Amino acid sequence: MIVADQKPLEEILQMLASYKRVLVLGCQSCVAVCMAGGEKEVGIMASAIRLARRQQGRDVEIVEGAAKRQCDDEFNEPFAGTIEKQEAVLSLACGVGVNKLSERFALPILPALNTRFFGEVERQGVWTEVCAGCGQCILHLTGGICPIARCAKNLLNGPCGGVRDDGTCEVKPDLQCAWILIYNRLQQLNRLDYLAEIMPAKDWSADRAGGGPRKRVREDMML
Amino acid sequence: MTGESNLKRILESAGFAVTAELGPPKGADRHVIENGAKLLGDWVDAINITDNQTAVTRMSSLSACAIVKSMGLDPVLQITARDRNALAIQSDILGASALGIRNVLCLTGDHISMGNHPKSKGVHDIDSIQMVQMVRKMRDEGVFLSGDRITGEKPAVFIGAAENPLAPPPEFRVVRLGKKANAGADFIQTQVIFDVERFRVFMAQVRERKLHEKLAILPGVMPVKSAKVMNYMNTKVPGVRVPDELIQRMQASPDAKAEGVTICVQLIQALKEIEGVRGVHIMAVQWEEVVPEIVERACVRKKQPVGKFA
Amino acid sequence: MPEVGQENFEPRLVAFCCHYCAFAAADLAGVLRLKYPSNVRIIRLPCTGKLDALYLLKAFEVGVDGVMVAGCLEGSCHFISGNLRAKKRVQATQELLKRIGIEQERLEFFNLSSAQGNRFAQIAHEMTLRVRALGPLHHAALAANPAAVAKGSG
Repeated sequence: MIVADQKPLEEILQMLASYKRVLVLGCQSCVAVCMAGGEKEVGIMASAIRLARRQQGRDVEIVEGAAKRQCDDEFNEPFAGTIEKQEAVLSLACGVGVNKLSERFALPILPALNTRFFGEVERQGVWTEVCAGCGQCILHLTGGICPIARCAKNLLNGPCGGVRDDGTCEVKPDLQCAWILIYNRLQQLNRLDYLAEIMPAKDWSADRAGGGPRKRVREDMML
Repeated sequence: MTGESNLKRILESAGFAVTAELGPPKGADRHVIENGAKLLGDWVDAINITDNQTAVTRMSSLSACAIVKSMGLDPVLQITARDRNALAIQSDILGASALGIRNVLCLTGDHISMGNHPKSKGVHDIDSIQMVQMVRKMRDEGVFLSGDRITGEKPAVFIGAAENPLAPPPEFRVVRLGKKANAGADFIQTQVIFDVERFRVFMAQVRERKLHEKLAILPGVMPVKSAKVMNYMNTKVPGVRVPDELIQRMQASPDAKAEGVTICVQLIQALKEIEGVRGVHIMAVQWEEVVPEIVERACVRKKQPVGKFA
Repeated sequence: MPEVGQENFEPRLVAFCCHYCAFAAADLAGVLRLKYPSNVRIIRLPCTGKLDALYLLKAFEVGVDGVMVAGCLEGSCHFISGNLRAKKRVQATQELLKRIGIEQERLEFFNLSSAQGNRFAQIAHEMTLRVRALGPLHHAALAANPAAVAKGSG
């Protein structure tokens, strides 16, 4: 899922400072699952904003809502009437939702979240980045553990010299070296031979960094 | 000496090579490089110039190498994959070769978060093994990474890489060295070695795979000024292990600096006896003035008969 | 600071109480005819683990001046760790209150057992004194814009 964090309330209040009618709009997919922008978070956010504005002596009218998926016009359309009555929308979706609403509506769409990464649920309350969406998957060669997402240096040919004895990375004490994980996994799969081959330089043109914004088109699915 | 790498010449004539590291200044004063190079010049075969070591911005390695080269010495251009993409690295290789710089050391580099620009973006377009392969193809096949052809003169560089032999996983380090050999590395300079016994085990694995015939291996050594520094190296630097005996010697000595030099000399002498070790790489880290004494006492190289900087 | 005479101000408090301990303790306080401030409204939860940041914020929104959450003694939760979770949620909400601009002392977490009727009365008393010293919640707003507060919201 896409993992996001709420921005500090001060920053959100700053963005909303000049508005008196605001829709706080959540998204019921990824950011609801990672507890950053679902219906429940919308309620807490709206309440916090009302209280803060009341403390400042500057009232605000807040409408609350949550779209099924803000990344798709179809699910934002039911809010169109409400949105048009506001001065601004505070979106609790990932950045995709903010972009999508901005394309559709003429008023300011403000981000309440910092969109972080594609993550797995490591355990309740902990999310970890494991895929970088680089556009050219090599997980079949690395035992299902991605060195692009999980090695701080994007190495493709084994661990650098910065691995500590306990298998953690030089970058952060609690970060497992991706290549130690890959080594152990390939050992388990009896495929250590993969690591003896030189993996060639990565084709970054499939990645955001190399190729710029990406697009996927399915002619056969278009209406 | 404009034509070829002195380091290569020494290694190909089966000599015992001595290289030393010199870190460029955090400023624009060329005298820092000149003074360091003068100190080392008569005593070592090549001088490694670090590339923003520990991810701290400094004078560029290429410029400092050009200064060293202009003094008639043999520089080793260190390049990290952290600060440059494939385009920049290849253009620097061409430029280095044009300046008469004949050695490069291909490195991944310490992570950007560890230095003085932790909010900058690390590059990591290619890794160190891919860098070795890329430079080898430029030199031997006259092609860039993309397959595009080099026009006219190809870069004439002796290609080095690093290895941290005692970092985990122990069984994989020699495999990784093999990958560097296959990628086209000519020489290897290792992380600092204090634990000769463990390095001996690594070298046995190296010989088993005959990698010592493909690569000239130069273990790294470091003169240490105090027991505290040695302890730090032991506990904080990945892959560096210091035997208790050495830490105790440093603690017991009334003159820790002198003891640190003696330990370094003894390490060189012990490493030299290991089959497959072709030289030594001294990383004095801002204590370059002891390098001549270390080289002389270790009896690994005489001062240049006609010292350039006598 | 508010013009309201603080010594006369009777703060409105809400106590979110666990059914198994604090609620029973409040009951016991009543049975024992212990005196505790009459302006403490008790809301019973099946366990403080049911607590949600939204409950706490809503309480402040509707005009409560202070909120106490009372769960079982640590190690005695009927649902093993509900009280520990509630404690962390209260801490997180205290952080949020600070960002909102509300004194975090207006919210507090307590542990007690069902036999501690006395302790319940004492906590209610202490919390009343604390909130009385802080003054009414919306005093700043009141000073700035009385109309806005009078209208309320939420």
